[in-house]
Amino acid sequence: MIKINNLTKKFGAHISLDKVNSEFNKNESIALMGANGAGKTTLIRSILGYYHPNEGEVLINGINPIKERVKVLENISFVPQLPPPIKLSLDELMQYISVGAKVDRDLIMHYANEMKLDVSANINKSFFKLSGGMKQKMLIAISLAKKSDIIIYDEPTANLDPKARDDFYRLLKQNEDEKVLLFVTHRLEEVKDLVNRQIYMDLGKIVSDEKV
Amino acid sequence: MKNLYLIAYLDLKESLRAKWFVVYSLVFGGLIALFFIAGVTESQVMGFSGLSRLLLMYIQITIVILPIFILITTVRSISGDRDNHILEYMLSFPISLKQYYWGKIIGRFITVYLPVIFAMIIAVAYGAFKGADIPWNIFFLYTGLLFAMSSAFLGIAFFISSFVKSSEVALGIAFFIWIFLLAFIDIALISLMMQQRFNEELIIFIALVNPMEMFRVAAISLFDPELTVMGPVAFYILDSMSQTVFVLISIGYPILLGLLFAFLGYKIFEKKDLV
Repeated sequence: MIKINNLTKKFGAHISLDKVNSEFNKNESIALMGANGAGKTTLIRSILGYYHPNEGEVLINGINPIKERVKVLENISFVPQLPPPIKLSLDELMQYISVGAKVDRDLIMHYANEMKLDVSANINKSFFKLSGGMKQKMLIAISLAKKSDIIIYDEPTANLDPKARDDFYRLLKQNEDEKVLLFVTHRLEEVKDLVNRQIYMDLGKIVSDEKV
Repeated sequence: MKNLYLIAYLDLKESLRAKWFVVYSLVFGGLIALFFIAGVTESQVMGFSGLSRLLLMYIQITIVILPIFILITTVRSISGDRDNHILEYMLSFPISLKQYYWGKIIGRFITVYLPVIFAMIIAVAYGAFKGADIPWNIFFLYTGLLFAMSSAFLGIAFFISSFVKSSEVALGIAFFIWIFLLAFIDIALISLMMQQRFNEELIIFIALVNPMEMFRVAAISLFDPELTVMGPVAFYILDSMSQTVFVLISIGYPILLGLLFAFLGYKIFEKKDLV
């Protein structure tokens, strides 16, 4: 599904990804770990087609995410580490996603409900005015409702209380079949029941890659 | 196309709720209200009176404040979203960069154009209510000029926004461009001419490429055909072409300039790293 060929990304003199090669396939749940600055976020952003690599390429089902971003992103769900301060109301945000990405609005409401987030009560509230946990729940609900083949979570549970984490893991378990799940995490113990592959990165390289 | 309108619509809704938009609308609406309260329509200066006088004052102030308002409120549009990671999330959905960028421009254009044109409409409506003669020729000229002026500075703002890394730098560049163009309306041009370092053609060329100068000459020449209050540059410009041709150029050129900068901004946005 995701093929990373000899990927190098530099920011000025700093090498963020150094000739990275890897492949992520269907039914793999991967924990992507490493210290700050190891290159995890750069790798994810390259998969999403945000960065133009200095060398090499990323292919999603054989398609380059920079050249055909719309086609590639139809199949990817992404939840960032920190929810961005989006000023749209929840209603407008759902409109953006349901029209732009053809995601079923009722399904977003359904997953939000499963995450114990009452969207209806906050429908006209700006997204950035919600609490950290509520924002994260909303983004998780959207990611699940999108029904993508590839789901990327960058520290998804950082703002969640233990109960919400349990809800999140339960929903993920129900939705993991035939997908690639990619977790960026510093706390393996939180996702170790979900993952079947662990990748460690350091200084822009993959230093360890093992199936568990 | 559906996504383009969606992004324009959502950007418009977001802007209408923003504090800067309230201030922006109050400034232009307040100007008109202030002119009426101050009795500008009853005054007569150099032969201009009534609503014509009011619109002339409005446009003179607009020349100075509209560009900076557009620049500072728009220049952070993309760079600000990049700064606070909104772009990273919003572009993780299958929306093309073209739709996102041009949708933002359309939404922002409506936001910046509506209050300035609305203030003029209020002035004309109130003037008509008070029984004043409506100077329709001036009203339509200013509608076109404000449209052109908004296009030019919106395009410049999006161009800056597409390549700067942080919104602080974007603001700095916006201020510099505004001061630079403002200086070349009069101060710098006149000093260049007085020192006679450059020939007349060059001075006229500099004046013609400056959308603020074009706007100013086109806006005031209708009132002041003898160009007594305009200065030498306007005289040279209108000596070399008819007023009608100049007015058409002064509307067409800023629109083209805005589109060119917006297009260059899009190319940069497309080619650069997105976050």
